[in-house]
Amino acid sequence: MVEIRDGKKVLITPVSAEDLEDINIGDIIYLDGDLMTCRDVAHRRLVEGGRELPYDIRDKAIFHAGPIVRPIEGQEDAYEMVSVGPTTSMRMEKFEYEFTKLTGVRVIVGKGGMKENTERACREFGAIHCVFPAGCAVVAATEVERIAEHHWDELGMPETLWCCKVKEFGPLIVSIDAKGRNMFEENKVRFNERKDAAVEEICKHVSFIK
Amino acid sequence: MYQQEMVTKMTDIMASFVGHIGKKLPDDVIAKLDELAKKETSPLAKTLYETMTRNQNLAVALDRPSCQDTGVLQFWVKCGTGFPLIDEVEALLKEAVVKATFETPLRHNSVETFDEVNTKRNVGKGTPTVFWDIVPHSDQCEIYAYMAGGGCTLPGKAMVLMPGAGYEGVTQFVLDQMTSYGLNACPPLLVGVGVATSVETAALLSKKALMRPLGSHNPNARAAEMERLLEDGINAIGLGPQGMGGSASVMGVHIENTARHPSAIGVAVNVGCWSHRRGHIVFDRDLNVTCDTHSTFRR
Repeated sequence: MVEIRDGKKVLITPVSAEDLEDINIGDIIYLDGDLMTCRDVAHRRLVEGGRELPYDIRDKAIFHAGPIVRPIEGQEDAYEMVSVGPTTSMRMEKFEYEFTKLTGVRVIVGKGGMKENTERACREFGAIHCVFPAGCAVVAATEVERIAEHHWDELGMPETLWCCKVKEFGPLIVSIDAKGRNMFEENKVRFNERKDAAVEEICKHVSFIK
Repeated sequence: MYQQEMVTKMTDIMASFVGHIGKKLPDDVIAKLDELAKKETSPLAKTLYETMTRNQNLAVALDRPSCQDTGVLQFWVKCGTGFPLIDEVEALLKEAVVKATFETPLRHNSVETFDEVNTKRNVGKGTPTVFWDIVPHSDQCEIYAYMAGGGCTLPGKAMVLMPGAGYEGVTQFVLDQMTSYGLNACPPLLVGVGVATSVETAALLSKKALMRPLGSHNPNARAAEMERLLEDGINAIGLGPQGMGGSASVMGVHIENTARHPSAIGVAVNVGCWSHRRGHIVFDRDLNVTCDTHSTFRR
């Protein structure tokens, strides 16, 4: 579902493919509902190991993130989200097409760009990749209402699947939209042109070996 | 003070120092980020900087690590041979990291290689990293503490160029890393460049370069000029905050160098992210402490 709240575009899980049709790269959106942390080993277990995820994320969101959590005193098996910013999404690129196909996830949140596997997944299955401002882990943690479940704890704190309920989680900057447009790759063309010009300019001044 | 009391005292101070640098950025980094934020005009870049500032304020208000990736702890120790705890420093730093892991709290970031098991205490074989410089005729101990996060560790690269590649080759090497890996490593970046002979000498220098205060320059005039050229050149790429486009890319470029073999130019790049969590603390022989990076650190 999509809702406009105080001028903010908020996606609410479950999210459908239609909900994503009017969302474009560069848009700033927010998320309400189910968001599960999911990173390197979980992707590998599902895609290479053929193990099913212990939590259903169809039409929901994942967060490439390894948080700091702490037990809530006086409660059994309850954890508080202390600090949870995004990790480098590119590490999950090699798995993300298959991952999206197998899980039906709609919203992938992380840091930095991803490439053609994820673009193809977003286009074919109706999903988006968004960036949460990296390093802003306390902002993100305060937007987690609670940790509802946790799985695969044996992987350690960063790699555990922390299943969160979030409220106006963001700002999320859309970096790959459901049409498969990729903001980072489009920017990169411009960055590389400018880089070539910068190298040429610097090289005029650094001929120290004569 | 008995030796054991001194060890406990220094361990406690280092544990609380590590916790502090995880929650509060150094004074020079805060000032630089403010300066760069003011130059941005696009709504996206402004939103990003605003979120970053809000995050740093919340981290202090809620007493939490500002970034969840509190890194592998790295310490560069410049220890006088007359420092009374010289024999204890490495072990007590390890103990301080364990203590900080539970007190701060820090994320569990030490995975034993090959066994592929997280130790859940942030220490393991060879972690925290301790780089040693022994200083003769001194009785003080100077420590740079650095949280090496995964994101800003990924762009690290070292190679040995043939002399024919020259400093032009060094330039190409550094700038290529910025658009391939740097943009995902949480810009605005601090870029450390090592120029030496082999991969390990260049790589170590590139990390030490990240410890220098922002705005400082290499004492060699040509190296300092190259720092400025690289800074202007990388800024012209316009990576912006978070690599999503903007008016600047870096907080600075620092080059550290040594002499080289005539047949080789070793070059390495290490980057620090915008959340550049490094602190500098100095102990005298009585364990009196001074800290020039964090005016907010109190003992």
